[in-house]
Amino acid sequence: MKAIEVKNLVKRYGEFEAVKGVSFSVEEGEIFGLIGPNGAGKTTILRILATLIKKSDGEAKIFGLEVGINDDEIRKIISYLPEEAGAYKNMTGRQYLAFIASFFDEKEILQRGIEISKLGNRIDDKIENYSKGMVRRLLLARALMTMPKLAILDEPTSGLDVINANEIRKMIKRFAKEGMTFLVSSHNMLEVEYICDRIALIDAGRIIEIDEPEKLKEKYDAKNIEEVFIRAIK
Amino acid sequence: MSLLNIVKKEVRELLTPATVLPVVLMFIIFAGMGNFFGEAAEKAKEMPKIGLACNDDGNASKIFVDVMKAYCNIVTWNNSIEEVKERKGFALIEVPSNFSSNIENFSKAGIKIYWVINDIGIANAFPYETIKNIIEIAEREIANNILEERKINASFVSNPINEEELTVFKEKEIDVSPSVILQFFSTQSTTVPIIVMIIILTSGGMVITSMGMEKENKTLETLLTLPVKRSNIIAGKIMGAAIVGFIIAMIYMAGFGYYISSFSGEKIDLSEYGFKLDILDYVFISLSLFSSLLAGLSLCIVIGAFAKNYKSAQTLTLPISALAIIPMFLIMFKGFASLPFSLKAIIFAIPFSHPMLAPSFLLLDAYSIVIAGITYSFIFSLICIAIAAYIFKTDLLLVGMMRNGKKLFWKR
Repeated sequence: MKAIEVKNLVKRYGEFEAVKGVSFSVEEGEIFGLIGPNGAGKTTILRILATLIKKSDGEAKIFGLEVGINDDEIRKIISYLPEEAGAYKNMTGRQYLAFIASFFDEKEILQRGIEISKLGNRIDDKIENYSKGMVRRLLLARALMTMPKLAILDEPTSGLDVINANEIRKMIKRFAKEGMTFLVSSHNMLEVEYICDRIALIDAGRIIEIDEPEKLKEKYDAKNIEEVFIRAIK
Repeated sequence: MSLLNIVKKEVRELLTPATVLPVVLMFIIFAGMGNFFGEAAEKAKEMPKIGLACNDDGNASKIFVDVMKAYCNIVTWNNSIEEVKERKGFALIEVPSNFSSNIENFSKAGIKIYWVINDIGIANAFPYETIKNIIEIAEREIANNILEERKINASFVSNPINEEELTVFKEKEIDVSPSVILQFFSTQSTTVPIIVMIIILTSGGMVITSMGMEKENKTLETLLTLPVKRSNIIAGKIMGAAIVGFIIAMIYMAGFGYYISSFSGEKIDLSEYGFKLDILDYVFISLSLFSSLLAGLSLCIVIGAFAKNYKSAQTLTLPISALAIIPMFLIMFKGFASLPFSLKAIIFAIPFSHPMLAPSFLLLDAYSIVIAGITYSFIFSLICIAIAAYIFKTDLLLVGMMRNGKKLFWKR
């Protein structure tokens, strides 16, 4: 079964089309990247698949469940990390993870979350006292600790320093090896090239290319994905 | 289970030192003011300190001095303002030597009063008024004495009419003055609206603030992708805000109640005339308050959906404040029955009015209007919850209202 199947997906705001008939599919255990400039429609696609906003047209399925119809079921098997996500500042890191874990039946979730976050003793500090990198690590732990079948990550390393970003990329790869499927969006073309099995290049609400990074570089005779993108949108 | 988790999270988020401390401070201020006014009222009951210099030994001056001795604390009998000041007296009264002879000759007798202001402030005005009233008592005693000397029944002359009062109110004949009845009902229509207003404002503000904070802290998207029903999120927010709002309102009211009780005089009891609330009435009042609170919080969650951050949430509480304050003032100062039909309709349409009106209506056995109010508030709540559920299921909550890609309200 495909992890994600999207056919002719459209999102309109009045007469404005933010997403214009996008189609793609993601295999189970795959890390699939959406890359493109600001306003290309990446976050809109992620939000539709995360059941946050409604599609205007087309079809989207997650593990066979139809988005917009089986939303309650979909939310049980996915997790979504928004680009600018925050956490409840009055809680400690542990309380926040415990709050999220309380919606799931598995008992080990909290302990797994604490381990993924790698916050050490700081897990019992108030979140308001965390650095941006610590908050992002906590949020990523929140997204992965439930072992979702599909993790949708919008700019997962946004605002992180090189070391933290690298750690998170390794973590994504490790979880994918264990069978978790990832749909990732990023501005960082090098990051996408490093972690993604396949990528889709998006511009102005349309997918202009989908393939493995190496094959795309070959096709466009480019040194990296950044060059691929520039040549593809010309 | 997920509902309980949301409620606990809401309570934890809303019940912080930042929200509780100002309320505790208000409690201390109210309690302090109540204490101050209580002390001032007690002080007002004390005999005022005066100096009395009597230079006459006639009959009238004797009566005057006896009255002053009975009601005042005479700190000096000397004609010395310095001594009065020193002993914190409020006045020096000088009775001239011709005081009694003038009265005997039916000529006005004069006294001189030297007032001493020891301190400024409202509470310090009481002793001066008291002294003036005591002088009036002395004056009446002297007048009575003149009449008695001429074998005239003084008590009859001063009060020749015997009043027998009977007030007709709501098909009952009550042998008290209308002012007593009006005072009794005004107590009901003052305290209850204030309590309701505070509960609605604090709880309503909590819901709107909670929505604003979710958006400002960027936690709403995560919450909406958790395996929890939208209806549980709405119910959890309403219940969390109601709990915190209730706790805060109780702290407020404890301080406010103490403050108000420092002014209240004798309690008026009209229960022997049938004006009393029984257990069933209290059930109706509770239902009225609950339905009104539910309506208010449901409305707040709809309004809160349009808050984009904490600051805008504060602004959005204004319409709720207006809806709670307008009926409060109209009910307190005007009364529902005397309002024109259009205003009555407006007051009825505001769900917060019903618990404010319920005690008075129940005292008058007007059950139908109380039941109508409760029913209306529940219907109002259901409509608001349905609207909130619709907003939570659509894009409105996250992207606001947009037309042609341009925001009408907001877009994150």
